[in-house]
Amino acid sequence: MSEENKPIDEAAQSVPAPVIDRAAEDKDREPSPTSLLVDKLSLFYGSQQALVDIDMRIPQKEVTAFIGPSGCGKSTLLRCFNRMNDLIDGVTVNGHVLLDGYDIFAPEIDVAQLRRRIGMVFQRPNPFPKTIYENVAYGLRIQGAPPKAEMDEIVEWALRSAAIWDEVKDRLKESALGLSGGQQQRLVIARAVAVKPSVLLLDEPASALDPISTLKIEELIHQLKSEYTIVIVTHNMQQAARVSDNTAFLYLGELIEFGRTQQVFTNPQEQQTEDYITGRYG
Amino acid sequence: MLHMEKTSVRSWFSSGELWIWINAAAVGISIAAVGGLLALIAVRGLAHFWPSDIAEIRYLAANDQETIVVGEMIESETLSMAQYRDSTGDASEFPADQEIVRRWLIKTGNRREDPPDFEWLYEYRFQAVAHPESLAVFERMEWGNAYGELIAVLEDGEVVAGGEAVWPEFRARLSRVEEIRDQIGEIERGEFNAINYELEQLRLDRRRLELNDRLSQAARSSEEASITEAEEALQMRYLRAEAELRALIDQRARDSIEVEISNGAILRLNLAEVVRAWQPNQMSVAEKIGHYGTSVWLFLSEDPREANTEGGIFPAIFGTVLMVLLMSVLVTPLGVIAAVYLREYARQGPFVRLIRIAVNNLAGVPSIVYGVFGLGFFVYFIGGNLDQLFFEAALPAPTFGTPGLVWASLTLALLTVPVVVVSTEEGLTRIPRSIREGSLALGATKAETLFKVVLPIASPSILTGIILAVARAAGEVAPLMLVGVVKLAPTLPLDGNFPYLHLERKFMHLGFHIYDVGFQSPNVDAARPLVYATALLLVLIIIALNLTAIMLRTRLENRYRGVES
Repeated sequence: MSEENKPIDEAAQSVPAPVIDRAAEDKDREPSPTSLLVDKLSLFYGSQQALVDIDMRIPQKEVTAFIGPSGCGKSTLLRCFNRMNDLIDGVTVNGHVLLDGYDIFAPEIDVAQLRRRIGMVFQRPNPFPKTIYENVAYGLRIQGAPPKAEMDEIVEWALRSAAIWDEVKDRLKESALGLSGGQQQRLVIARAVAVKPSVLLLDEPASALDPISTLKIEELIHQLKSEYTIVIVTHNMQQAARVSDNTAFLYLGELIEFGRTQQVFTNPQEQQTEDYITGRYG
Repeated sequence: MLHMEKTSVRSWFSSGELWIWINAAAVGISIAAVGGLLALIAVRGLAHFWPSDIAEIRYLAANDQETIVVGEMIESETLSMAQYRDSTGDASEFPADQEIVRRWLIKTGNRREDPPDFEWLYEYRFQAVAHPESLAVFERMEWGNAYGELIAVLEDGEVVAGGEAVWPEFRARLSRVEEIRDQIGEIERGEFNAINYELEQLRLDRRRLELNDRLSQAARSSEEASITEAEEALQMRYLRAEAELRALIDQRARDSIEVEISNGAILRLNLAEVVRAWQPNQMSVAEKIGHYGTSVWLFLSEDPREANTEGGIFPAIFGTVLMVLLMSVLVTPLGVIAAVYLREYARQGPFVRLIRIAVNNLAGVPSIVYGVFGLGFFVYFIGGNLDQLFFEAALPAPTFGTPGLVWASLTLALLTVPVVVVSTEEGLTRIPRSIREGSLALGATKAETLFKVVLPIASPSILTGIILAVARAAGEVAPLMLVGVVKLAPTLPLDGNFPYLHLERKFMHLGFHIYDVGFQSPNVDAARPLVYATALLLVLIIIALNLTAIMLRTRLENRYRGVES
């Protein structure tokens, strides 16, 4: 792949973050209602346990970050929320995840329907080899395409939401594979937004991007949280500190600490969390 | 310096220079082999259509009698004394002052009047060779070419032109005959064909009526009456068409010509027998090129004559292309669906691995085995049962229970399905997981992901499979001989009678045509150039079919470029 898609995390960290006074924000905030409630969730790959009795409350219209060293289970936990783990042979899940009060593992749940409610963006940009327009329209077409005019409107709205409209409005009929890595990732976000989910899962969305693109994605996350519950997995602690309202620290499949980002980063309750944040391991 | 020289041979070896040379040599040999093959069949095949000059040779025959031989000098070869003795049985004639002698193969034509039509003549016995401008070639419907001098044109047996005026008169009358011939062909292929077809349908209707025992007497007799009425109407139509045809045939037979051939005899040819005539000795190069083009066109567009050694090969071209297209239409869904199941739905394990190995090994089964299977299973079992169920009226004459186009296509589809399965599977494997997950994460089901994202991206690989399948199928002959190909098919599998595409009909095929003309023909010398020409055409058709698919694949590849990295 081209150079811009290589992880350049050191560089990403050197870019100044948008200045947001979290402490001030937090003071005025009412506690948000719950979007996702995780209750005693355990997950096994065959006989190997990857998640151990996770309990967690993810609030609505806030950004929740999962941090932790590689292999700690943060991506696995994220992929439980839209049941992407169903695709892997030999996975067993115990416990519950409630989306707005409904158990997503209940047998009567339509997985396709669930995934429309919970959109997902992956580590590497994965646009379809179709035109930019068709990429965004894809999710809608699956649900039964609306009339052309309405479709045009939704596509434009989704692309504007993902802050990429101005860059692509003159080449909607061109292949999405011609875009840069950062543009592709925002296009993929537009694609996820177009089906109007309530939750967006972001699995290390900026790890394959250059610093400028990373910054744009972070700004975008900040804009999107007024409409969507966002859960982001990142191995970049600065990024977690910059974009999230809540932070969960996972280690070896266990949830070590969960709290307001401000508090987790400045005053961690657990020794392990402090060790990780200060860079003693990970 | 000394140190360098010591190691230079070793370093030359270890540098890989030798390896590069071996690579280049292997590629060079392959290209030379393919190029040489194509050049040979192209030169031999294409030379056949060139209107070569007619030589008039004064020849001293074995009994020292001078004869005149007229014909085309086709090819020559040299013989040593030993070879000469072997071929003539007596070396006493061998010229003492020469070490080798040259002999020529002369196409003298006039097969009915003065056989044989090909002769070997020794050059040292040539007294003189001339190319008189008056000599002409007459291509005939039967008995091959006639060579000689046109001396008179006759109408109803009366001479109407001779001397100078003979050629213009002949050309005018020949084009009249051609027009009549076209009209006759139209009636035969159009009206006659349609009437025969409808009569056959009525015969089957009547038979069906006999077999149907649940019909009341009244209904039966009224049905029968309507069939009889229709038959009578068709009979009337037939009689009218026949009268028209007879009139045309009479008109066509009005004119004839007289040709003086090499042994001095006068040959009277009815113009109805003459396809075309030309005087190569007085043609300019431009005229010869024009004639060459016409000859090639006739070869491509006409039906064969004279046990396939004369005329064209259009039905074989048509049959080959139609069979390959049908095969592609059958093999693509079969192979793609099998590959999708193996790769996307089946649980990967030892059983699926076993199936995959079995499918791959199917590609190695000799094609004649498929032919035997096709005959036993498709033709006799499925075809026989279809006849029992749907074509009872035509029994005991089989409809589908006999070799035909559909069985040949199915057999070849079975033969080529492993190729399509393997390359489709390869294409599916190369699609990154992230693309599928992207679609699933948007709420698409597995099937929707498959049809809207996965299969379009895999389409270039599917086409690769089809290209390989077409290349293999178009070249197969052995299984086809068992399941549908014949030496001469009376009708094309596609015509104007409902249902237009007649899948049960037998058809002609270029590969089988080559075998038939080359090895089953009574006239070896006449057949040989046709074998080369047909082989060239078969190669060209396969190249054309492949190029079409490759162009399509390139377009698809451009569209999906960048996905698989």
